[in-house]
Amino acid sequence: MRRWLTEGFVLVIAGVVAFPLFWMVLSAFKPEDEIISADPVPWTTRPTLDSFTRALTVANFGRYFLNSVIVALVVVGLSILISFLAATALTRFRFRSRTTLLIMLLVVQMVPVEALTVPLFFLMRSVGDSVPAFGLNHLGSLVLVHLAFSLPFAIWMLRGFVAAVPVELEEAATLDGASRLRFLWQVLFPLVAPGLVATSVLSFIHAWNDFLFAKTFIISAVENQTLPLALQVFVKPDQNDWGAIMAGSTLMTIPVLIFFMLVQRRLVSGLAGAVKG
Amino acid sequence: MTAKGQGRTAFAYLAPALLVLGGLLAYPIYQLVLISLYDYGQEQVSGGAPLHFLGLGNYQKLLGDQQFWGVLGQTVAFAAVCVVGTLLVGAFLAILATRVRTWVRMTLFLAALGAWSTPAVAGSTIWLFLFDANFGFVNEVLGIQGFSWTFDKWTAFGLVAAQVIWCSFPFVMVTLYAGIKAIPGEVLEAAALDGASAFRTAWSVTLPLLRPIILVVTIQSIIWDFKVFTQIYVMTNGGGIAGRNLVLNVYAYQQAFAASEYGLGAAIGVVMTVLLLAITMFYLRALRRSGEVL
Repeated sequence: MRRWLTEGFVLVIAGVVAFPLFWMVLSAFKPEDEIISADPVPWTTRPTLDSFTRALTVANFGRYFLNSVIVALVVVGLSILISFLAATALTRFRFRSRTTLLIMLLVVQMVPVEALTVPLFFLMRSVGDSVPAFGLNHLGSLVLVHLAFSLPFAIWMLRGFVAAVPVELEEAATLDGASRLRFLWQVLFPLVAPGLVATSVLSFIHAWNDFLFAKTFIISAVENQTLPLALQVFVKPDQNDWGAIMAGSTLMTIPVLIFFMLVQRRLVSGLAGAVKG
Repeated sequence: MTAKGQGRTAFAYLAPALLVLGGLLAYPIYQLVLISLYDYGQEQVSGGAPLHFLGLGNYQKLLGDQQFWGVLGQTVAFAAVCVVGTLLVGAFLAILATRVRTWVRMTLFLAALGAWSTPAVAGSTIWLFLFDANFGFVNEVLGIQGFSWTFDKWTAFGLVAAQVIWCSFPFVMVTLYAGIKAIPGEVLEAAALDGASAFRTAWSVTLPLLRPIILVVTIQSIIWDFKVFTQIYVMTNGGGIAGRNLVLNVYAYQQAFAASEYGLGAAIGVVMTVLLLAITMFYLRALRRSGEVL
């Protein structure tokens, strides 16, 4: 009896927690008149794709979606390569400044990146003078900052995965005549792939969700905006096209949701591992 | 390989990471401090006026500014409410999750995972829509149509805090649940055999064993909730009417990019960084005390 009560209560909580997401998807499929109705109901009998069409055509969401995808994927690709190399160096080699570097990696994760908007804004402005593609108003500037923000955690987390590969394997590969680079990319890299998946997802989400830097860096180039910014632009006091906004939110949330579901088990164990060092 | 050769290869592998981190984290931190020492406004940015060194002038201005103290207090209070709320909800649900069958637990975790992974901007807009004065479902259910949640200062803060708790309790819940599950059954059985009540077991056995994990999630939550930006910015439209819903992060942004007071904005950034680093130091010391090694 008591267990039934507890389970019923837990299910109600799960419903409440999931409700905002349910409402988002539902509203995205509702016809316009049901959305601006004074008596909203939690169902619809006439699902339609109108809101998605409006979001994609009027609001040009397809373009912003593509921009977000580009930024996130480039960040993930680069951060995989760079963090893999750095993690290997920090676990496989013994050198003097190793501990110092590790401590700095940990501390740098705690720096509130939001505080760095002002100097990064000026940095990107001067970068843009010589390399426009990485300057203000270009996607390159977003790639650079998110790469920098995701690296410390990615390296920190990958360390554990690299350390788990037995050193004997490297000795065996060397005996078989494999060069250092060959061992690195053809033996070690595939072996730490699970760790790479988990860190990639975090880097992806970080870049995908960013609102502050997109807002600061992409000032006048509307065609280079990313999803979070585009979404916010459509929120206007008292004259919101809620249907299109919810359709846009759905488009923005679904990729992250899928990624999260795919790796949640690894993410949790990886996070626990990262916390434990 | 020789020690020297090792060091050389290691630095070759580290070079790209050091380049990126040095150029895009270390250098900007240095620049942040530097800019905060100057009178850096629109004219200086466009090159129309020379840079004017103020020393600690910006900080003096901040310390004498009533709004700054107000915003600082608000930030601390807002973060405190979010942290306490997140921990209570997360811990409560983690305990409940250990007492239900697998499918019920999976349902709860799936819902939590959805909330966790929703991008902050999307989450904020959804909540705004749910609590919309005229078309919102919440007002319909409560029968208070036309009531604006974002107009009043305190209901606006409350709404944002609820949204923040919604998307951050899953981390606490999942981590604590994993921690509870990792406690060996024998320990709890031994306590039961010794005649300890359920409450006594929870208080004297489970809680002390969970202490390191509780510490980690608490400090993580403090760090996250102290620097909330997106939710406040989106849900209160840039800090509320006349800036009454500002928190430090949004305040710094508004000073720098809306008021073109870049020096002042940088000074606020420095204050925030110092506060967070102090919390981090506390975190590292606590970690070390609980027996963690690098």
